[in-house]
Amino acid sequence: MADLMARGEEPEILFWVGCAGAFDDRYKNVTRAFVRILEHLGIKYAVLGLEESCTGDPAKRAGNEFLFQMQAMTNIEVLNGYNIKKIITACPHCFNTIKNEYPSLGGNYEVIHHSTFLQQLINEGKIRVAGGKAFKGKRITFHDSCYLGRANGVYEAPRQVLATLDADLVEMKRSRANGLCCGAGGAQMWKEPEPGKKDINIERTEEALATGATIIASACPFCMTMLSDGVKNKNQEDQVKVFDIAELIASAENLNA
Amino acid sequence: MISNLLFLIITVLAVGLFVWQIQKIRRNINLGREKEISDDASERLNKLLLVAFGQQKMFKRPWPAILHGIVYVGFVVINIEVLEIIIDGIFGTHRALSFLGPIYTGLMAINELLAFLVIIACIIFLIRRNVTKVPRLTRGPEMRAWPRLDANIILLTEIILMLALFSFNTADIKLHVLDGRELAGSFPISGLLVNSLSTTNVSSLEALRSSGWWLHILGIFAFLNYLPSSKHFHIIMAFPNVYYSKLEPKGKFTTNQSITHEIKALLDPSYQVPPLPEGTEPQKFGAKDVEDLSWKQLMDAYTCTECGRCTDVCPANITGKLLSPRKIVMDTRDRMEEKGEHPAIFRPNHYQEQVKQRVKVTEEKTLLRGYVTPEELWACTTCNACVEACPVNIDQLSSIMEMRRFLVLEESAAPTALNGMFTNIENNGAPWAFSPSDRLNWADNLFVNVK
Repeated sequence: MADLMARGEEPEILFWVGCAGAFDDRYKNVTRAFVRILEHLGIKYAVLGLEESCTGDPAKRAGNEFLFQMQAMTNIEVLNGYNIKKIITACPHCFNTIKNEYPSLGGNYEVIHHSTFLQQLINEGKIRVAGGKAFKGKRITFHDSCYLGRANGVYEAPRQVLATLDADLVEMKRSRANGLCCGAGGAQMWKEPEPGKKDINIERTEEALATGATIIASACPFCMTMLSDGVKNKNQEDQVKVFDIAELIASAENLNA
Repeated sequence: MISNLLFLIITVLAVGLFVWQIQKIRRNINLGREKEISDDASERLNKLLLVAFGQQKMFKRPWPAILHGIVYVGFVVINIEVLEIIIDGIFGTHRALSFLGPIYTGLMAINELLAFLVIIACIIFLIRRNVTKVPRLTRGPEMRAWPRLDANIILLTEIILMLALFSFNTADIKLHVLDGRELAGSFPISGLLVNSLSTTNVSSLEALRSSGWWLHILGIFAFLNYLPSSKHFHIIMAFPNVYYSKLEPKGKFTTNQSITHEIKALLDPSYQVPPLPEGTEPQKFGAKDVEDLSWKQLMDAYTCTECGRCTDVCPANITGKLLSPRKIVMDTRDRMEEKGEHPAIFRPNHYQEQVKQRVKVTEEKTLLRGYVTPEELWACTTCNACVEACPVNIDQLSSIMEMRRFLVLEESAAPTALNGMFTNIENNGAPWAFSPSDRLNWADNLFVNVK
């Protein structure tokens, strides 16, 4: 972003990478896949790079309102400093926080989750998924992220993105508004679960595996981690893969260089 | 004449007692913090029509929705007959609304059919609770003796009220037949029952008629005053509670304004923190007890139907953790009644003793720790499934969050792992312990092929 600014240019969109997108080894692939799509389409985008910091979502959900607002206000200062108008992110937690909780602290942006953005590109005919052969007939099930679905009502965009792959899309027993959490929200990602019969991600993975899908599609870094762990726990990692919708599109467009 | 006067006195007493009880509940709800909810009246009315009057969210489960719908419509229609009973009772008239002619005929017919269906529905509900024991209605530390008895009392009372209505109608038809007159109205069920009524003794028929009449109306008055002590209070509270429900996206959590001022002052020393209004003390961060929750969160507690749909979809509860969103709401009500003034008639909701058997609570007399344990709170994934499931738009998650805030901000009592996460965000700008300077590493080699 700083580079663009120095050249006196303004990006169409700011891609908010998020901490998982920047640091999580598995999720870095999603970041790269999404960036390849942006590059491929020649969309003028920027990232904050080293100036990006955690949105504060995990702190807020854990009850640390003070730390959350500290993060939020610092980020808002940076974003407003660059006169950012439109933000795209692949993380539903960043998406929810910037979209819903930043405005009351002075951060007003058009915030779009990458699933909605990809759907728009498909609708505009910019992404054509080269014949859709790569996934033809493959059984895919989509896992709703709570912070995308129930929290913000985005249920159809990721499904429509997947529909362009011409795959066999199957729904889990609990989906859309009735979807089951992956177990990582509310800052659970950073702590051991409370004692119980079972871990939540195992329960959800069992439900996903019961569909017979060989690909579990997700649109959230936390869900991806939890479901991948679940698949490993069930020793199914050779047969069943967890992919982000951006990775599936990039792969269908042969952008996985 | 004497019976009219007696009826009038009973009516005034019953309504007066109810108003008195409502005032007590109002005061209990007002223990909560102020919260301004006056925006978007049209959207709120729309929600009221769909969710409360239209019972939209009940239809996530079609069978209970249909059965509940019968009882609900029956309740609404039978109220018209209650109006007639009150007019008759006060003025000594008989079937005062019969002047409505064909409308009355239709009304009575619908009324009888609904009353019959209500009995069927209530019997099915009783079976679900006591024979098939639907798990969400019977299991959980919060579903102890009282909530189970409460539900059965409600269902049995409704059946008795309907049977009283039939005995009144049946005896009335028979008396008219014996008298050679025709009774205004159409009575499909009582019309069938009257054929099996062999007695022609006028005085016993009159006794049956008036006992049915009195049982029906006295039962309704008693029921009215039973409501404030019961989960059945939802038939009243569902309407205001839905009207005042959250309109914002479910993912938007409240922002604490006093913290905003503090941080602004921290970031900019010239920032002037607005002074607190005269006579007010700085508020606690989060909620330790009922007075730290908002009045809406307390209203939620009085609206709860104890249907368990929230707990049934809670991922933590499904996987055997201690958290039950329904328990949090019921705890809030119990604590409110302990702390504030109790509903007048009786206060059966207290169940701290029984709860202790499963959930380890301390002796502290506050909502947090006295009723709700940190272990329950920390099991929440904030997924909003409970909020989505609630047919009367209770926001269980917001109360859970307020108590978490208290634990973290006032007591620094977060689980150790979360404290580590906080430190990472503070020091590295990420919840994981990575160096901020590595933030752009994902782009390494990415553009090698392109450029």
